[in-house]
Amino acid sequence: MSRQKPSGLAIWLGLSDNSFTRQKTVKFGDATAVNSGRFYSMLTLAVLIVAWVVASVFDLVEPFYWPSISGTWERLLKIVGEGFRNTALLDHVGISVYRVLSGVFYGALVGIPLGFAMGLSSIGRGLFDPVVEFMRPIPPLALIPLIILWFGIDEFAKIFLLFLASLFIMTLAARSGVSSVRITKVHAAYSLGASKLQILRHVILPNALPEIFTGLRTSMGVCWGTVVAAELVAADKGLGSMIMIAKNFLQTDTVVIGIILIGIIGYIIELIMRRLEQWLIPWRGKG
Amino acid sequence: MAEKAEIAIDRISMVYTLPDSEVHALNDVSLDIGKGEILSVLGPSGCGKTTLLNIIAGFLSPTRGEVRIAGTPVKGPGAERGMVFQQGALFEWLSVAQNISFGPRMCGRNRKETVDTVQRLLGIVGLVEFADKPVYQLSGGMQQRVALARCLANDPDVILMDEPLGALDALTREKMQGLVLRLWKETGKTILLITHSVEEAIFLGERLIVMAPRPGRIEREFNLPFATEALEKPARDVKAGSEFVSVREEILSMIWDMEEEIMGDNG
Repeated sequence: MSRQKPSGLAIWLGLSDNSFTRQKTVKFGDATAVNSGRFYSMLTLAVLIVAWVVASVFDLVEPFYWPSISGTWERLLKIVGEGFRNTALLDHVGISVYRVLSGVFYGALVGIPLGFAMGLSSIGRGLFDPVVEFMRPIPPLALIPLIILWFGIDEFAKIFLLFLASLFIMTLAARSGVSSVRITKVHAAYSLGASKLQILRHVILPNALPEIFTGLRTSMGVCWGTVVAAELVAADKGLGSMIMIAKNFLQTDTVVIGIILIGIIGYIIELIMRRLEQWLIPWRGKG
Repeated sequence: MAEKAEIAIDRISMVYTLPDSEVHALNDVSLDIGKGEILSVLGPSGCGKTTLLNIIAGFLSPTRGEVRIAGTPVKGPGAERGMVFQQGALFEWLSVAQNISFGPRMCGRNRKETVDTVQRLLGIVGLVEFADKPVYQLSGGMQQRVALARCLANDPDVILMDEPLGALDALTREKMQGLVLRLWKETGKTILLITHSVEEAIFLGERLIVMAPRPGRIEREFNLPFATEALEKPARDVKAGSEFVSVREEILSMIWDMEEEIMGDNG
C-alpha cells in the first residue's frame, strides 16, 4: 500500500481515491458513483482512434465504406477552409443549431402556458388532453410528409416541425410541474396573505421550474435528433443536409465528419443545459 | 382571559361524502378561544383535528356552522391567521430572509419596515447568520424556526400550528417547545396547536382539548398551569413534576382507550 498522497491528476482520472471519494464510494456494483472512471473512458477513446489509425495505415477498409484518418483530416481542413457546397462549415452547424433553438423557444412559448392551463384548470385539461395525449407518442419525423404538404420545405416548415416536437414535451413538463406543488406550500402562501395571482407567480411557477427545465433539456435532445433527420429529408443547409449531399457524391469522409460533429454538438448542448440547470435551479430536488 | 372570544367556533359539522358512505369528520363542535390564549388539541388519528384547523384557517368550508375571528365570520384564508405546518411548507427556491419576508411582500408592506422586521425576527429565532442561506441547507429544527419567523412576519392575530414539531428529533423538539412558549409570552398571540405528542400538548397548552373520532368531537377539556409555569421554571422540572405526570397518564389512558375502540371496530 502506497503512503504517498495521490496526485490531483490521478483523482481526476479516477485512478485513485481521495478521502472524499473513498468514503463515498460504494464498494459494490456502481463503484464509480463518485469515482469518475475517466481513465477508462480515455482508454476507450484511445483504442477507437488507434484502431482507425491502424486501419488507415494498413489500408484495411475501402475508403468508400470508411475513410482513412489522414484523408478525413484533410477533408475537414478543406471544409473548414472553403466550406461545403458554397456554405461555410460554421454556417451548416449554425443553421442547425438555430433551427433547434427556435423550435424549442416557440415550443416553450406555447407549451408552458398550455401546460399551466392543463395543470390549473379542469376545463383546460379536458380541452387539450385528447390532442396532447394523442400527439405525444407520435415521433415528430412521422409528421414530416404532412408538413411538407402544408408548408413546403422552406425554413418555416422545419422550425414548425421542431416546434411541434418540443411543444408536447414542454406542455407535459409544465403540467406535471404545476400539479406537483405541495398543497401545504399553497396553503402557507394563502395564510401569508398572497392572492391567487401572487401564488401563481411566486409559488406555482418557481415550484414548476425544475420540471420545466427538465422538459427543456429533453426538448433540446429530441429537437437536435429531429433537425438532423429533417435536414436529411429536405434542406440545402445544415449538418443533416451536408451528410446527405455528401453521400450523393460518395464523400464518405464528409459523412463521417458530419456524424462526429452531430454527436459532439449534441453532447455540448446537454452539458450546457446541465450547467444552466445547476446555476439557475440549485434548489432542484431539495423541497 | 378577554371577555370576547378571539376565535369562536360555532356548532361546526363537517361531513365528507364518499361514493358509498359519509364520513362525519366533525360533529357539532363548539369552542371559544380567548385572546392571547394558547390551546392545544390532542386526539387519535381520524378525530378531525386537522379538519378543524383547516376550517379555522379557511381552507375548508364546514358543512354546518361557522367560525368567527374577532367577530368576523371566516370566508377563506387570510393574513390575520398565520399558519405553521409540519414541514415542507417553506419555499425552497428562496433564502431564509426571503422566506420570512414573503408575507409582508405579498401584502405590499413598506420595504424598509419589512427589512427591519426580518432582521428582528432572525434575531428572535437565532438565525441572523443564516439570513442569505437557501432554506434547504438548514437542519429540520432551523427550518421550523424559519417557518415560525415567516408566520410572525405578518404579525397575525392568531397562529395556527399543525404538528409544527412533529418531524423533529426529541432534543430539538424540546428546545423548540421553549421557543414557542417564549414567542407566546412575548407576542401575546392567540395560538392553537395541534399535536400528536401528549407531553407536548400538556406542556404547551394553557387549555387542552382532547378530541374523539367517529364522529369527530370534543371529548374533554383541561385547564393546565404548565405553560405558565414553564415561563419561570426550567422545562425539565415542569415535565418531571408529579402533577404533570399524573395528567399525562390520565390523558394517555384516555387516548389509549379510544384507539382500542377503533381497533375493535375494525376487527
